[in-house]
Amino acid sequence: MSLGVGGPAPGSFGTTGRGPRLLSGGGRRATAISTVSTLVVLGALVAVFLLAPGSAQVRHTFFNPTDMWQALRGDPKKGYYSVGAAIWLNIRMFLAAEVLILIVALAIALVRLSTGPVAFPFRVLSMIYVDFFRGVPLLLVILAIGFGVPALRLPFVSAQSAAVYGVAALVLSYSAYVSEVYRAGLNSVHQSQVAAARSLGLSQATALRHVILPQAVRNVIPPLLNDFISLQKDTALVGVLGAIEANEAAQIYSSTVFNYSSYAVAAVLFLLLTIPLARFTDRVIDRDRRRRLAGSAP
Amino acid sequence: MSAIDAAGPGTPAPPAEGEAVRIEGLRKSFGANEVLRGIDLSIATHEVVCLIGASGSGKSTLLRCLNLLEPIDAGRISLWGQQITGAGVDQNLVRRYVGIVFQSFNLFPHMSVLRNVTLAPIKARKVPRAQAEEEARALLRRFGLLDKEADYPDRLSGGQQQRVAIVRALAMRPQIMLLDEVTSALDPELVAEVLDVIRELAANGMTMLIATHEMGFARDIASRVCFLADGAIVEQGPPSALFTEPKDERTQKFLRRIVEAGRL
Repeated sequence: MSLGVGGPAPGSFGTTGRGPRLLSGGGRRATAISTVSTLVVLGALVAVFLLAPGSAQVRHTFFNPTDMWQALRGDPKKGYYSVGAAIWLNIRMFLAAEVLILIVALAIALVRLSTGPVAFPFRVLSMIYVDFFRGVPLLLVILAIGFGVPALRLPFVSAQSAAVYGVAALVLSYSAYVSEVYRAGLNSVHQSQVAAARSLGLSQATALRHVILPQAVRNVIPPLLNDFISLQKDTALVGVLGAIEANEAAQIYSSTVFNYSSYAVAAVLFLLLTIPLARFTDRVIDRDRRRRLAGSAP
Repeated sequence: MSAIDAAGPGTPAPPAEGEAVRIEGLRKSFGANEVLRGIDLSIATHEVVCLIGASGSGKSTLLRCLNLLEPIDAGRISLWGQQITGAGVDQNLVRRYVGIVFQSFNLFPHMSVLRNVTLAPIKARKVPRAQAEEEARALLRRFGLLDKEADYPDRLSGGQQQRVAIVRALAMRPQIMLLDEVTSALDPELVAEVLDVIRELAANGMTMLIATHEMGFARDIASRVCFLADGAIVEQGPPSALFTEPKDERTQKFLRRIVEAGRL
């Protein structure tokens, strides 16, 4: 997991003017040079890959089109699952976890920022929670929940599917990170906004709901989306519990057919999920910056 | 709080006359720093009182205590004879009767002007949205801001923002307005439009307590001027007397510096 809290926003590096631009400078000449440069670099990389002594072996083992197609389709009679179908489990786990994380993390952040002596034990608990789940590797949390909870043999709770335990583990772990993102966002809203809202006779809850939270969330949308890109990938870890998600399906294929091309299929499918979210994140950051720039003019 | 309690949603029934505000022995410290050291002040309904004094003399803190934004350490504050400090007071209810406008506007940047003005009436006064918007538009029209209702605060000039902030406070139909150096953050050419709004309020009989550095304005508008120094009201009186014949040495010194700076 690569989760940054309040780190530099992705895509903000080397930007000029309206938005993130990978190509600096303008004009036809610059475009031509960058095209040539790109072709040369890519060509060199492809050449190294193709000319390497073990190239044929690697291409056959990892990028065999026939195996990739078979892994994508799946064939239960031959003992392996469709990686293409299995990615839907990743998507469903991601969506379920995302919604729950947004709620749980907000609750933790609000407890952490609460004031008053009565809430003190809860503040301490939320701090311990965040420290604990940020410190323990996600894989261990998944294993502990996925194998520990069923072993308790409780009614209902111990009778869930591996995917459910996986989502629970993802929510426990990611909520710790996302609560810190929320906390940064809530702290970024100036106290004078609280004073203005309360001075109008709004209750603390109403002020939070309509004045503080909207501004806080707006300030942390980029790091939030960043965390969710990680979350999409980390659904693959739930495979260790035996849930047939894309990575697990790829592994079953490879151990059945003794060819690793199924992993390439899983990789491509994950890229198809994460890249749109990454571009969307860039656009949100860009739009936010433009809005602020526009706002600074009278 | 019988008179204030009796007021149903959106229909404040204030005692129209008499003593609006009574402050007795008000003390307030921030840590070891005692900002207010025993303030006694009485304000009549429809009276406009200006607070003057150097920065750090406690003007802002006094206003924030009146709006209950700062808990007080000692003393008491009453509105029309009802104590609003101490246990068991509905702070949110009190605040509906005491509007405050801040030096830095503090508009909600993520809301349009209309939403800024209607939020509190809808959420705290429980006015239906349509009625709240109608009232808001009436107020915006009154202060020449109707064409700005869809704009976001950062598209407005400082003067426009401060006028919206005043309208936002007025939308709660307060009986008392507290103005905390509302022109101090403005470019000089934008000060007049905000002062005109305050004059309009005074002409309509709004009870006001105004902390200001605009001495000329204070002289014009105030029925009484209070000079604060070191957390206490050193001297008070009608502006004609206080500005021309200040009795206390500290008042004289303060006004001399103001005159030297060309501000009076």
